[in-house]
Amino acid sequence: MTEFYRQYLAVAVFVLAAFLMVGAMLGVARLLRPKVPQDEKYITYESGSDPLPLFGQMNVRYYIYALLFVIFDVEAVFIFPWAVNVEGLGWFGLVEMSAFVAVLLLGLAYVWRKGLLRWA
Amino acid sequence: MSHLLALDPLLRGSVTWSVFVVVVIKVAVAFVILLVSVMLYIWAMRKVIADMQNRIGPNRAGPYGVLQTLADGIKLFFKEQSIPNSADRPVFRLAPYLSIMPAFLMFCVVPIGGTVSILGHQTFLQVVDLPMGALFILAMSGLGVYGVMLAGWSSGSKYPLLGSVRASAQLLSYEAAFGLAILGVLIQAGTLSTHEIVAQQSWTNAWSFVSHWFWLKTFVAFVIFLVAATAETNHPPFDLVEAEQELVGGFNTEYTGIRFAIFYLAEFMNVITMSAIAVTLFLGGPSGPGLGFLARDNVLNVWVMPVVWFVVKVLALLFATVWVRASLPRMRYDRLMSLGWKWLIEIAILWVLVTATVQVAIVEDWNRLVAASIAVGAAVAAYGVLYASMPKSGEQIEEFR
Repeated sequence: MTEFYRQYLAVAVFVLAAFLMVGAMLGVARLLRPKVPQDEKYITYESGSDPLPLFGQMNVRYYIYALLFVIFDVEAVFIFPWAVNVEGLGWFGLVEMSAFVAVLLLGLAYVWRKGLLRWA
Repeated sequence: MSHLLALDPLLRGSVTWSVFVVVVIKVAVAFVILLVSVMLYIWAMRKVIADMQNRIGPNRAGPYGVLQTLADGIKLFFKEQSIPNSADRPVFRLAPYLSIMPAFLMFCVVPIGGTVSILGHQTFLQVVDLPMGALFILAMSGLGVYGVMLAGWSSGSKYPLLGSVRASAQLLSYEAAFGLAILGVLIQAGTLSTHEIVAQQSWTNAWSFVSHWFWLKTFVAFVIFLVAATAETNHPPFDLVEAEQELVGGFNTEYTGIRFAIFYLAEFMNVITMSAIAVTLFLGGPSGPGLGFLARDNVLNVWVMPVVWFVVKVLALLFATVWVRASLPRMRYDRLMSLGWKWLIEIAILWVLVTATVQVAIVEDWNRLVAASIAVGAAVAAYGVLYASMPKSGEQIEEFR
């Protein structure tokens, strides 16, 4: 185990502690709470009226943002290594990154022009 | 690789039992800090908002009602759980974990003090100093989306589903701006380790808060970070995730009792960790003037003063969030999305290029002022072209199908 990964030992302890704490909260609550089953309690909430069948479709607009996000997230993967070493890479890195960002913004402009960023 | 040399001295050697004990102590203290501060924050928020609205606010449990949150929490332990018949049960049970774990974990990398000695071991006053700390923050804030999305989806109910789909669109949109705002700091700092970022903002003279802290050097990124972090934590005016009027209660409508309490806890814990991260990245973390009349290695200057400065800054930011909560009405959904996609992301990314140009100008020995003006001009022109070529509000465009 190298020095680099050994730092994650503390993260592992932290994850374990968080897991145990949430588990303990749920476990204690399970011991304490009453359980009085009635069929009406297990109907989903719909402002007091009987629930209608769940619809199976969702507006596509929501997914567009998820797709766009993937693009910007992948982009971040490329920009981060450059950002921590801007000085080392100098003007060459700057020009390269400007070109990269320009291409990316072109993509965003296309989406925008197509009206996908409009919510009405 | 300068940042690899700055790893926490605690875990540099082999892991002995005493090192492990120190790690466990740090983790335990971090937990206590987080939970107690969430309790106090919720109480303070209710009290401050009550004052701003000319009410009294909680005043029954404990002095000035300070134990109100604890009382609410204990009550929720005794509440019956109901999982709807239409729910996807395993996912429904898993979602609270997914929601609260990132909220806890994000606090890992926040430095709350300088280098101290615990049980004879030199260590940083933070749970862990990951070499990739900034990426860890981004990863954890990204994971938070899963809890919200799966909670709503697994409920098998309409309002939670709508709330969660809408929430994930919001969180993802502002995640992009959030990451790009952090980039502004990384370009200045040249490292991903939070300890290093704070070390570069250390207090050297009375003007360090202007010259060393990153908030002024990366001012645009700072503002974008604050807006994006507010949206990431579903804090008003961006609390569309739980817009009661439209969605009943949002993604957690079907959750009752202790599971609801966990979502609630996660939400407010996120606000606190985000404020702590804003302080770390932009406001110098624990840096601040020490007590000049004492020696530099006095216990007050090593242990107490950095923590005091850190807490003061976090409290200032938390008060600002409460103030915003009391003042601003909720945003409309379409405006929220256009603010994120048409303004914040573009401005953040162009700002990254501007700061990078200035950094490169310093290294390459160009005229800084000329380089900066050219970069700002080019960025404004680029955004102008982008904006001018976009469809106007009344313009007909082919509908996307």
